[in-house]
Amino acid sequence: MKLLKLVPDHTNIDFMRWRNLAVILSTFLTVASLAYTAYRGLNLGIDFVGGQVVRVEFTQPVHIEDLRTRVDQLGVGEAGITTLGNERTYQVRLPKPQGSDAASNQVVSKLRTELPKAFPGARVDAGESVSGKVSEELAADGLKAILFAMIGIAIYIWIRFEWQFGVGALLTLAHDVSMTLGFFAFTQLPVDLNVVAALLTIVGYSLNDTVVIYDRIRENLRKYRKMPILELLNVSLNETLARTVVTSLTVLIALGVLMAIGPEVVFGLAIAIFLGVLIGTYSSIYISAPVLVWLKVTGDSFIPADEKAPAGANPA
Amino acid sequence: MLEFPRWKVWIVTLVVLLGVLFSIPSLLAGTPYAKQWPGWLPQYKINLGLDLAGGSHLLLEADARDAQKQRIQGMEDSIATELRRDPRIDIGDISTADGRLSFLVRDPTKVDAAVERLRTLTQPLGLTGNRDWDVQVMDSTRIVLIPTASGSTRAMKDAMSVARDVVRRRIDPGGTKEITVLTEGGNRILVEVPGVEDPEALKRLIGQTARLEFKLVDVDANLADVQQGRAPPGSEVLDYPDAVPGLPNVAPAAAAGQTPKIAVKRRVMVSGDQIIRASQGFDQQTNAPIVQITFDTAGARRFGRVTQENVNKPFAIILDNRVISAPNINEPILGGQAQITGNFTVQTANDLAVSLASGKLPVKLVPIEERTVSAELGKDSIHKGVIASVLGTLGVILFMLVTYGRFGVYATVALVVNAFLILAVMAMFNATLTLPGIAGFILTIGAAVDANVLINERIREEIRRGRRLLDAVETGYREAFRAIFDANVTHVISAAIMAIFGSGPVRGFAVVLLIGVVTSVFTAVYFTRMLVALWLRRSRPRELHL
Repeated sequence: MKLLKLVPDHTNIDFMRWRNLAVILSTFLTVASLAYTAYRGLNLGIDFVGGQVVRVEFTQPVHIEDLRTRVDQLGVGEAGITTLGNERTYQVRLPKPQGSDAASNQVVSKLRTELPKAFPGARVDAGESVSGKVSEELAADGLKAILFAMIGIAIYIWIRFEWQFGVGALLTLAHDVSMTLGFFAFTQLPVDLNVVAALLTIVGYSLNDTVVIYDRIRENLRKYRKMPILELLNVSLNETLARTVVTSLTVLIALGVLMAIGPEVVFGLAIAIFLGVLIGTYSSIYISAPVLVWLKVTGDSFIPADEKAPAGANPA
Repeated sequence: MLEFPRWKVWIVTLVVLLGVLFSIPSLLAGTPYAKQWPGWLPQYKINLGLDLAGGSHLLLEADARDAQKQRIQGMEDSIATELRRDPRIDIGDISTADGRLSFLVRDPTKVDAAVERLRTLTQPLGLTGNRDWDVQVMDSTRIVLIPTASGSTRAMKDAMSVARDVVRRRIDPGGTKEITVLTEGGNRILVEVPGVEDPEALKRLIGQTARLEFKLVDVDANLADVQQGRAPPGSEVLDYPDAVPGLPNVAPAAAAGQTPKIAVKRRVMVSGDQIIRASQGFDQQTNAPIVQITFDTAGARRFGRVTQENVNKPFAIILDNRVISAPNINEPILGGQAQITGNFTVQTANDLAVSLASGKLPVKLVPIEERTVSAELGKDSIHKGVIASVLGTLGVILFMLVTYGRFGVYATVALVVNAFLILAVMAMFNATLTLPGIAGFILTIGAAVDANVLINERIREEIRRGRRLLDAVETGYREAFRAIFDANVTHVISAAIMAIFGSGPVRGFAVVLLIGVVTSVFTAVYFTRMLVALWLRRSRPRELHL
C-alpha cells in the first residue's frame, strides 16, 4: 500500500522570502481585528454581561414572531429570541435581573409555566440567570486567565530556549488570540464561558507548531553554526513542514466533526479552537520565525558558556 | 531501541489493562449491562456534570452587611447578659450605628471593671495578639466595641461553614441525595442538585431564613409613636402583617399598603437556634396548622424562667424580623415544649418546621447565579457528544492509517488506549465530565497523535538522511521527545490556568485536557515505543515502509 504523503520528501520552500509581506499583512490584520472588536464589540453572552436565558423546545414548528408576541405579552422585559438550528428550538434572552447583585430566576420560572400554556408540549430545557456582579467577575477572571496563560507560556519558552524565542511566542500568541477575537466580532457569534476556554486552549495549542519549529531551529543553530539565519530558518521550516501540516490536520479533523455534529452548546468552543489552530499554523511560520531574525538570534545563543570562553578563537 | 526490558513490558501492559478495567463502569453506566459488572471489580465512575445529568446550579452570596449587623446584635446580647450578672453594671444608650457598638456605663467608676469583663467576650485571633473586637473607652464613660477586619473575616468564615451545613440540611434533610454544597471564596455557597429542574423550589427551601426569636412585647410603648416607627429605648418596632384589627399593643397600619406594627423589647428571650426539634401539627381547639417546637436544655430553662417572670404579659414570636403572633403568657412554660400559632397553612407550617429543625442560617444568602438544564437536554448532549467523539476518533484513525501504515496502526492502538486511560483516570479521581469536557476529550484525541506524527516524521527524515533502520527509529524517538515535552508543557500551563480560573463546565474542560496531556504522552511515546520495539525484535525488518 502506498502511504499518503501530503508534503513531499524534499521541500525547499523559501518561506522567509515573503516574511516582510506576511508580517505586514499579519500586523494589519491583528490591528484591524482589535480595532474592529473595539468598534463593533463582541456579542457577549449572559456569562459576561448578566441576564437570563432560557432554551425552549417545541413539539411543533413555531414561527419566531409568534413566540416573540407571546413572550412580549408576559411583560418580562425586552426579549432577544434566536433560533437554535430549527423552528422547534429557540433561545430566549432577557435582560439582567433587577437589583445589582441578585440573580432572580423568576422570569425563567414564569416562562417555564407560561410557555407550555401558549404552546402545548413546549418544554423549557435550560434556564440560566447571571447577576451583574458574577458576570463582571467572570469577565475579569477570563481576561486574567488568558493574560496569565500567555505570559506563563512565554516565560516557559524563554527558560527552555532563549529570550528571543519567548518574545516570539508571546507575539505569536497575541496574534492568534486577537485574530480569533476579530473573528467573533465579525461574525457576532455569541461569546460565552466556553469561548474563553477556547481562547485559553488556543494559547496552549496554537503554540504547538511554534514549539516544534523552535525546537528544530535550536537544533539546527547548534548543527550549522555558520549558516545565515534566514537560510537556517527556511531549512528548519521545511524540515518540520510535513509534521506541521499533518498534526494541524488531525486536530482539525477532530474539531471539524465536533463542529458539524457535536452538541450546539460547544459549537462556539469548537469553531474558536478550529480557527485558532488554523491561525496558529500560519503564525508559527510567519510570526514566530521572523521575530527571531529581528531579535538577532545566532548560533552563539546555544553554545554552552565554557565553549564560548576563548572568545578570540570564535569570530562570530 | 530493541532493548525494551521484559519488566517494562509488564508494567506498560498492566497500566493499559488497569485503564481499560477502570473505565468500563463509566462506559456501562446507564445501560442494561451495568448490573452485570461483577461487584469485586473496580466500581469507580465518572460523575456527570449538571449540564449532562440535568439539574440546578445555584450560587449564593452572603449579604456582608447583614452578617455584620447580626454580629453586632449578637455582641449586644452577650454584653447585656454578661453585665447583668453579679456584680451588675448598669448600662444605657446603646447604639449600633456606624458598624460599631457603643454604650454608656452609668457609674463612671465601673468603666474599668466593665472593660475587663468585656474582654472575656472577645476572642484572640491566632498568635497575632489581635482580637476579634477592639474595645475602647471614649469620654471616660462610653465603651465602644469595633469589630476588627480580621475578626469580621473569621466571623464570616465561621458563619459560612454553618450556613453551608444549614443549606445542606434544608435541601436534603435525609442526607441521602447526591448534592454538592460547597463554600467558595469566603462568602459564597455553591449548590448543585442533580434532577431538580426548577431552582425556584430550591431557593424557597434555602431562602427560608427562619430566624425565629421570642421577645417580650413592650406594653408601655406609645402606639402613635409605634405607628411612626419610633420605639422607646431598649425596644424596637416590628411589622405584624397578620395582626387582627383591635389587638391591644398593636398600632394599626398608618396608611394603605403599610402593615400594622408592634413594639417589642430588643432583648431576645429565646431564639430559634435553641430549638432541637420542630414539627408541623394541628391546634387541638381550632384545628389550625401549628408548629410544635422543643427547646434544648438551656433554651428550655431560659424559656421557663422568662415565662415565669412574665405571666399575663404578651410576647412576640418573630420570624425573620416579622411578628407572626403575639400571644399572652397564660402560665409558665416549663417543659421546653411550645407551639407556634400564626396564620399558617399546612405547607407553610411544615416549611417553617423544616427550616427551624435545620438550624438558623447565620447570614442572609442572596442568589447571584442560577443555571438549570433538563435531563432530556443533558441526555441529548451526551448522545451527540458520544457520536462526535466516535466519528472524530475514526476520522483521525483513518488519517493516521493512510499516512503512516504500520506506524499508523501503532498510533491508532495508542489512541484507543489513551481514550480508555483518560476515562479511567477521571473515574479514579471521581472527576466530573461536563459538556465542554466532551469537547476536551475530542480535542485531546485530535492532538494526542501529534506526538506520533512528530516521531514518525522524524523517523522518515532520519531514513532519508541515510541512517540505518534501527538507528533511525531510535533517533526519531529521542529527538522528537524534546519537542513533545515542550509542547505538552505549554498545554499544561494553559489547562492549569483554566482549571484555576474557570468555573464549573470550563473547569471540566480543563481537567480533561490536563489528564489527556499526561495519558497521551504515556501512550504516544512509551506505549508505541514498546509496540515498535517488540515488532522490530520479532520480525527484524530490513527496511521500513514509512
